[in-house]
Amino acid sequence: MPKYPMLEFLWIVPLLPLLGSAVNGLFGAKWPNKIVNWVAIGSTGLSFLGALEAVREFFESGQVLFHEEFFTWIAAGNFRAGFDLQMDQLTVVMVLVVTGVGWLIHIYATGYMAHEGGYYRFFSYLNLFMFFMLILVLAANYVLLFVGWEGVGLSSYLLIGFYFLKKSASDAGKKAFIVNRIGDFGFMLGMFLLFKAFGTLDFAQLFAKADRWPADAMGHLGTFTIACLLLFMGACGKSAQLPLYVWLPDAMEGPTPVSALIHAATMVTAGVYVVARSHILFAHAPTAMLVVAIVGGTTAFFAATIGLVQTDIKKVLAYSTVSQLGYMFLACGVGAFSAGIFHLMTHAFFKALLFLAAGSVIHAMGGEQDMLRMGGLSKKIRWTYVTMLTATLAIAGFPPFAGFFSKDSILLSTFENEYGGRNVGYALYGFGLATALLTAFYMFRLIFLTFHGRPRFDEHKVHVHESPNNMLAPLMVLALLSIVGGWLAAPAMLGTGPDYFSKFLQPVFGGVEAAGAEAEARSLEVTLAIVAVLTALLGAAVAYWLYLKRPEKTDALAKSLKPAYSTLLNKYYVDELYAAVVVKPLLWISTNVLWKGADIAGIDGAVNGIAEGATAIGDGVRHAQSGNTRSYAVWVVVGALVVIGVIFFWPFGGKAVIGMVH
Amino acid sequence: MLHGGHLLSVLIFFPAVGALALLLLRGDDHKFIRIIALIVSLAEFLFSLLMIRAVPAGAAGYHLEEYAKWINQPPINYHLGVDGISLFLVILTTFLTPISILASWKSIAHRVKEFFVMLLMLEVGVVGVFLSLDLFLFFLFWEVMLIPMALLIGIWGHDRRVYAAVKFILYTMAGSIFMLIGIIWLYNATGTFDLPTIQTLLHTPASQGGLELAPRTETLLFLAFFLAFAIKVPLFPLHTWLPDAHVEAPTAGSVMLAGVLLKMGTYGMIRFCLPLFPEASRRAAGWVAALAIIGIIYGALVAMVQPNLKKLVAYSSVSHLGFVVLGIFAFHNISMQGAVYQMLAHGISTGALFLLVGMLYDRRHTFEISEYGGLATPMPKLAAFFLFVALSSLGLPMLNGFVGEYLVLLGTYQRHWGWASWAALGVIFSACYLLWSYQRVFFGEITREKNRALPDASAREKWILATMAVVTLWMGIGSTFITKRMAAAAQDVIDQVEPQRPYEAAAPSEFKRNVVKLNATPTQTEQDPARAAANIVARERLGIR
Repeated sequence: MPKYPMLEFLWIVPLLPLLGSAVNGLFGAKWPNKIVNWVAIGSTGLSFLGALEAVREFFESGQVLFHEEFFTWIAAGNFRAGFDLQMDQLTVVMVLVVTGVGWLIHIYATGYMAHEGGYYRFFSYLNLFMFFMLILVLAANYVLLFVGWEGVGLSSYLLIGFYFLKKSASDAGKKAFIVNRIGDFGFMLGMFLLFKAFGTLDFAQLFAKADRWPADAMGHLGTFTIACLLLFMGACGKSAQLPLYVWLPDAMEGPTPVSALIHAATMVTAGVYVVARSHILFAHAPTAMLVVAIVGGTTAFFAATIGLVQTDIKKVLAYSTVSQLGYMFLACGVGAFSAGIFHLMTHAFFKALLFLAAGSVIHAMGGEQDMLRMGGLSKKIRWTYVTMLTATLAIAGFPPFAGFFSKDSILLSTFENEYGGRNVGYALYGFGLATALLTAFYMFRLIFLTFHGRPRFDEHKVHVHESPNNMLAPLMVLALLSIVGGWLAAPAMLGTGPDYFSKFLQPVFGGVEAAGAEAEARSLEVTLAIVAVLTALLGAAVAYWLYLKRPEKTDALAKSLKPAYSTLLNKYYVDELYAAVVVKPLLWISTNVLWKGADIAGIDGAVNGIAEGATAIGDGVRHAQSGNTRSYAVWVVVGALVVIGVIFFWPFGGKAVIGMVH
Repeated sequence: MLHGGHLLSVLIFFPAVGALALLLLRGDDHKFIRIIALIVSLAEFLFSLLMIRAVPAGAAGYHLEEYAKWINQPPINYHLGVDGISLFLVILTTFLTPISILASWKSIAHRVKEFFVMLLMLEVGVVGVFLSLDLFLFFLFWEVMLIPMALLIGIWGHDRRVYAAVKFILYTMAGSIFMLIGIIWLYNATGTFDLPTIQTLLHTPASQGGLELAPRTETLLFLAFFLAFAIKVPLFPLHTWLPDAHVEAPTAGSVMLAGVLLKMGTYGMIRFCLPLFPEASRRAAGWVAALAIIGIIYGALVAMVQPNLKKLVAYSSVSHLGFVVLGIFAFHNISMQGAVYQMLAHGISTGALFLLVGMLYDRRHTFEISEYGGLATPMPKLAAFFLFVALSSLGLPMLNGFVGEYLVLLGTYQRHWGWASWAALGVIFSACYLLWSYQRVFFGEITREKNRALPDASAREKWILATMAVVTLWMGIGSTFITKRMAAAAQDVIDQVEPQRPYEAAAPSEFKRNVVKLNATPTQTEQDPARAAANIVARERLGIR
């Protein structure tokens, strides 16, 4: 018996959901829902238990980086990509979030999807997603990570387009995949460059080598900077950052559990994970760090502004996700990787909860997603209300909810940021704080519109009902996590101990992050925390005033700010811009210039022209061969005249002809 | 007996014997004819697997060689051999032949006997091309293969079949004429048609009795061969025969055409252009790569806007084969292996795409995408297979398309990052055209009443598709089974082109650049201890004292 059996057989953790997916996909069509449930929940549940056991063994082994090569997948020349898994502190966080939250969402989905067609198909895809996501976080090299990376993109495509009869759903799935591919284009080039520079794509070897290299100077496009920017391009696609965020709001076409699991808690954070995983490279590329911070900060603010005016409950949450992901990148960009991962984790709890609760609302409302046709639901679906309020308090950053701690450490790091100078740090902090204000506003707007005020729907037609227990139980667990999930950092805030979360991640990020907060930094932290909480309170108060106290003012305000309002409502017309600048020209050029122009008229025209020319010549020559003796005589004479003419009148011609005869 | 000296001859002529046997059969017992053809092709496939044992991993050069005098004057010899590259191309051929026969089980109803005879004769030609080591013999098989293919298109094709068949013949012949001239020139200069001999002579200095070509002559010879192969691939802008040939060909014809015939072109480049004319290849590399990259992007964009599903797949081949040519002309060990792998992967996944398109055609007798829509509802199984194959074609990791594409791009990037960056755009566009067409064919509500009651995949179709899917998955995961057997052969080709450059180590261009910088400013390094320490590391790595 090996000492650490689960670590030695770590591949079982991702393989279980794959088996579940295969079994349900191949045989589930004929099975009742109950068996499909057992397979899907059983495989992910076992996978979660396996992950827990692996993590326990990891702790037992003294938290030594675990790295195991299972088999070689691709090899050519000096390139090797193996099915190699690894486990370090960062993996521990990710794998527990993925399997834990994933398992809860599987349970929830058995209730939410109970009356949908293609039940087995849904769980087959969902398990497939778990497989790829686990590969992504357990991979020990970039190529295997890319397997998970593309694989979760595929699962996302399948699940967004789950209702494939709806054109908008299949459009959204396709859009997600293609936009992600644009990011993957960069990601691949990043891998190629890293391989060129370091001769390996294995994390341990690559980072060890990279660590000994001199860093790129600020503003200098060296290997590190370019490689990091290319990797970040992939991250922008997967984690829906500017300018590649456009797919995520559309992805809300998928069933709500999918939005919770893939498009909030796990897959979309993969970009943050990759940046954090590559922190050694990024630490060598200050310019790239600055870009990450700026893109993150801008996206956080930009997406939050769109979220202000959306009326579809899931769309609000989608833009909120984009915005919060921006927060995580902001953290990574200012070098606070553990703060970014901390927020990734707390966000996974409260955003999954928000989506699941929203799903419960939609379920209760019989499919209605427009918040303008809701209202006053708090009494009818009390549990959903309570849990959703918990998550809202968490995302808005009120103590002692989880989001408070993670958001606070991001804002603190941003404030102290040194990349690109002090002023850049202050500007980024400004973006972060403004985002916090907007976040509190739109989240409380959502709460007030949905749960408070008078019902704005026909109560005789819609029979509001609380969701079944298999949906409520995951809500409760996530609500608990949304409260306590941030407490690991509480001692640092209270001054009674270290930030246990970042201390845990210290072995991973220790080399690039400054040591724990000093006493004077702590007073700054408390000050900033108070500022942040006051800002959030302000946002919530404005929402209260506009949507509960003086609802009649809302329309007036929208009218008086019409241009700004409709710009936000139409999401800054970015989709329209992309369609007009990229998609339509590309299709037009492909059709008219390349296909009908170059291919049919140009190349094929020339080829067929040659063929017709040859036919015409043949035709002409054929007429010469008439069988008429007199016409032959004429040709003989003409030929003789030509020969004589050439010999006598063409310069050097005679010589040539005589030469030919000889 | 088969383990002995004549396995390759058996592989070439066994299908011919089978074809002869078919000819003797009565023409009206279709079922019997089909079964015999299938048995012959399956036996051929099993025979071809025997080659694997004879080509050990890590061994370059030809194996299972056969040599016999055939014609004394001029000295044309029967010289066969297999190496790590041709090995899998032959197996791909022998694998796709029974698949094609099964695919034609129901859809070919007239002149059944002749059809299967042609299919087997096609196999004879293609296997012969891959195994010949004598230029004349190679040319012979190259031309032999043309006739059955043209007849398959011209007799069993669709409406414009004669036009497509003639276009196919003329295009290919136009190229092979030049190749013939090149072969005869080489014979005149060396007195032999034997490929290894000519290769040795060309790599020997004239002072030691070798043949040194003047740059101009070498370029002309290179072009003579290259043109024939480029048409076959087809390389942009010589590709316009392909969409017509594919659209008109019967399913089996398309499968064989895309699956293996196109590979004869890229195989020819690897086997002839690079080793025989290394200087000219190096000079031409930039141009060829440019055409390949144009082909990748152009093929994908044109595929994207095709209203005809089969044409779409045909143009996607132009795009995919562009990766192969790019990988070959990047002259990098990794990209070369990627190119060969991409040839095999494309054979499987595009072959499967044509099979699926053929199955749709069998049901609705049209290739127009607008005639379909919402097919996932009446035929979920076919839809699932189609998606699987489309994903492999767009290079999803863990499926076969990824390995080749990734290695080609990775290897190319090591030497020409610009080429690889442009070519990588193909990764985006392939997702566009495949997913978009998939959406229009399979997703949404049923738009045409006729499509509502279409039957899902039959048992025979499921077997065909499942086989293809298993191979797709296996090639995506167990790629080292193939790459370790072809690595030495690929390295050998690279050594022929650029013998002076070792590729075992990672191209350390970044190290070099740093070192140059460091050496240029020695004072600065002395001032900065951290930098100096880094320099020492970098120097040690490079072995510089």
